[in-house]
Amino acid sequence: MSDAALRPATGFRLPGLSALGPLLALILLVVLGAFLNDNFLSQGNVTNVLARSAFIGMIAVGMTFVITSGGLDLSVGSMAAFIAGVMILAMNALLPAMGVGVPLILVGMAIALGAGLLAGLGNGLLVTKAHIEPFIVTLGTMGIFRSLVTWLADGGTISLDFAVRQLYRPVYYSGLFGIAWPILVFALVAIAGQVAMRHTRFGRYCEAIGSNDKVALYSAVNVDRIRLLTYVLLGLLVGLATIMYVPRLGSASGSTGMLWELEAIAAVIIGGTALKGGYGRVWGTVVGVLILSLIDNILILADLVSPYLNGTIQGVIIVLAVVLQRRKTAA
Amino acid sequence: MNTEAAPVLELRDVRKSFGPIEILHGIDFALRAGEVHALIGENGAGKSTIMKILGGFIEPTSGEVLLDGRPAPYDSGAEAEAAGVVVIHQEFNLAPDLTVSENIWLGRELGRVFLDHRAMRAGTQALLDQLDSHVRPDARIRDLPVSDRQMVEIAKALARKARVLIMDEPSAVLTNREVEVLFRQIDRLRAQGVALLYTSHRLEEVTRLADRITVLRDGAVVRRAMRGELTEDGMATAMVGRDLQDIYPAKRHHAGELALEVRGFSVPPLVEDVSFTLKRGEVLGISGLVGSGRTELAEGLVGLRPASGDMRRGGVRVRIHSVREAAAHGMAYLTEDRKERGLLLDKTLRENLTLSTLPRFGAPFLSTEREEAALTRAIADFDIRAPRRDMRVGNLSGGNQQKLLLAKTLLSDPEIVIIDEPTRGIDVGTKSQIYAFIDALAAKGKSVIVISSDMPEILGLSDRVLVMRHGRLAGELAGERISETAVVRLVMGTAEEAAREPTHV
Repeated sequence: MSDAALRPATGFRLPGLSALGPLLALILLVVLGAFLNDNFLSQGNVTNVLARSAFIGMIAVGMTFVITSGGLDLSVGSMAAFIAGVMILAMNALLPAMGVGVPLILVGMAIALGAGLLAGLGNGLLVTKAHIEPFIVTLGTMGIFRSLVTWLADGGTISLDFAVRQLYRPVYYSGLFGIAWPILVFALVAIAGQVAMRHTRFGRYCEAIGSNDKVALYSAVNVDRIRLLTYVLLGLLVGLATIMYVPRLGSASGSTGMLWELEAIAAVIIGGTALKGGYGRVWGTVVGVLILSLIDNILILADLVSPYLNGTIQGVIIVLAVVLQRRKTAA
Repeated sequence: MNTEAAPVLELRDVRKSFGPIEILHGIDFALRAGEVHALIGENGAGKSTIMKILGGFIEPTSGEVLLDGRPAPYDSGAEAEAAGVVVIHQEFNLAPDLTVSENIWLGRELGRVFLDHRAMRAGTQALLDQLDSHVRPDARIRDLPVSDRQMVEIAKALARKARVLIMDEPSAVLTNREVEVLFRQIDRLRAQGVALLYTSHRLEEVTRLADRITVLRDGAVVRRAMRGELTEDGMATAMVGRDLQDIYPAKRHHAGELALEVRGFSVPPLVEDVSFTLKRGEVLGISGLVGSGRTELAEGLVGLRPASGDMRRGGVRVRIHSVREAAAHGMAYLTEDRKERGLLLDKTLRENLTLSTLPRFGAPFLSTEREEAALTRAIADFDIRAPRRDMRVGNLSGGNQQKLLLAKTLLSDPEIVIIDEPTRGIDVGTKSQIYAFIDALAAKGKSVIVISSDMPEILGLSDRVLVMRHGRLAGELAGERISETAVVRLVMGTAEEAAREPTHV
């Protein structure tokens, strides 16, 4: 018996069905889309779907780490709106002093990242130092960020100065080698996330803490610091997503980023990450994000079902994904 | 005890396979009314699987389960309970947020539209009185110590009017006094005609309780005996399949220079003003009742609990606030709770082994090859028997889990190792292996602290013994002065009480 155990596992092993499931669903959706509409696989449509996935995608990658380590963040959608508001106001305010130019945009980006870092730090400190349930903490900050941005916009819309907007636009609309910037950045974030989850201590510790935080504590893992880091990382990624998002519309309002938190959490769950923590899959999250935006896209293109039913179908898929996960753990 | 009595619950030629591996090979086993049948064997011999089949939790691959001579009319634990076959698991089946009374009546609450709280509480109180238990019916399970939860489980089984009661190592978590109560209760149930299955790694309990003994080894019955036919030595030999020499290594440690000096050490709220020294190359035993503060002291030393007092390593004062700081000072602690604090049960062997020493396996990127190499070494060095090396640790037997936990703790090569209950719930063969590991550590000049409730273990391993009582140091024994009576006296605090409670501490 122990002979078998002495041999290290060698050779290529197929990923389990639970990892293949979401991927199969994604392939099915692509085939379905191509079948229903000739335009589906055109470069324009593909770029459109991927670019729109990118914001939720970057946030969902960060969310994967938070959920894997046993946490949750409901505040990311309103955090994005708040960061967008702060960023635009700051850039407008600095405009007279700095003039329209790349430095102004860079300062705006730095402010977005800084605001994201601080917001994540706030969430993380409340969870780790004040020992409040992540659900409660981020439910609270969700309301706070949302009301702050509404207040900053005075109930209306915060708009970026027109000249700055023209300069900033290419960050969303242009790209490299024909691939839009948001897609490139999302791809980089996903790859870095996958590497961090699978091949670094940070990822391993996240899984250990989510699996059993007491064991992690007894195993010399700095549980609080890792947890804090997951929220800070998520905050930074929300900042990054906002940087890519602001040039799209050039404005922010009380309804910016509405329900992003739920889409991000749904993507993580569809991708096979356990909601109770302990098991994280960054590739799965990417697949989950793509599934959600493809459904949206197909409904609009195919004209079979009213696009108003998008939420219904997404909801069914989320519940289905969890049912399939359960089946797996029960077996 | 009537050997001719028809069995109440019986297994006939039962086989069980998981995947391609058969783990039970044609078991015949019967429980008779008014009889205690002890099922013993090493970890992994198949005891748990047999209990799960009897209790309706899993189905045999082939063979029959007969209740009163007819195929057992149940295929779930709940249906088995309804048929009078009740299993008390090692991991209790109680709702932690409900009260004792609510748990006992769970699923069979009294009252029609509204619950009859008064009647249920009175019924619970009657059951608890019958068990001589001080537990209050309104106490929440969450607030109860493990030993009290066990009593609640037994009360629950009584309330369900069990005809067959299957007990999976019930004494493992009980204190001395509670074990006595448990035995009285088992005697009473036997007299009432209940068929009992009892498992324990403490062979003296088997001698005391069992009317009939079945010994398992590697999934097959290797010995059946009636009361008095088998000595404890004979049981151990049958279980292991070879003659067991003295399972304790010969004491030959030459204590060297001072490794740790602790003065006026307190871990609120329990441990107060403890002082002791620890030398290199010595095994220091810590004895005391469950709840006397042994674990709290150890957890305070390695920074898992806030503590105050003076602690010196090599004459230099150290302050330790976390396990990481303890590791930096060459100290490691192996927890008594391997399932909840020691190992990640849903992770693989490799991920568990390297968790506390991960920085050694590459930065910023972990080297899986180095981790695998460390696992290969650990499997060889600690004789960890795993059917597959990528399996989840939760599926390993208790003994192999403990060896893996030991390997994990020692991977950081600590100078001072504190091992809390090194062999709880572990078979005798693995025990002697673990004792040999401890002995080898001391021989290499490391300092080992062994905390144990197992008296022979304390006596067999320790060069010196500290005894704790009510959070304080009750005394210290060394060399010739280490004896069972001396330790028990210190543990109990009085000579009279000590005389009454001879075995379990």
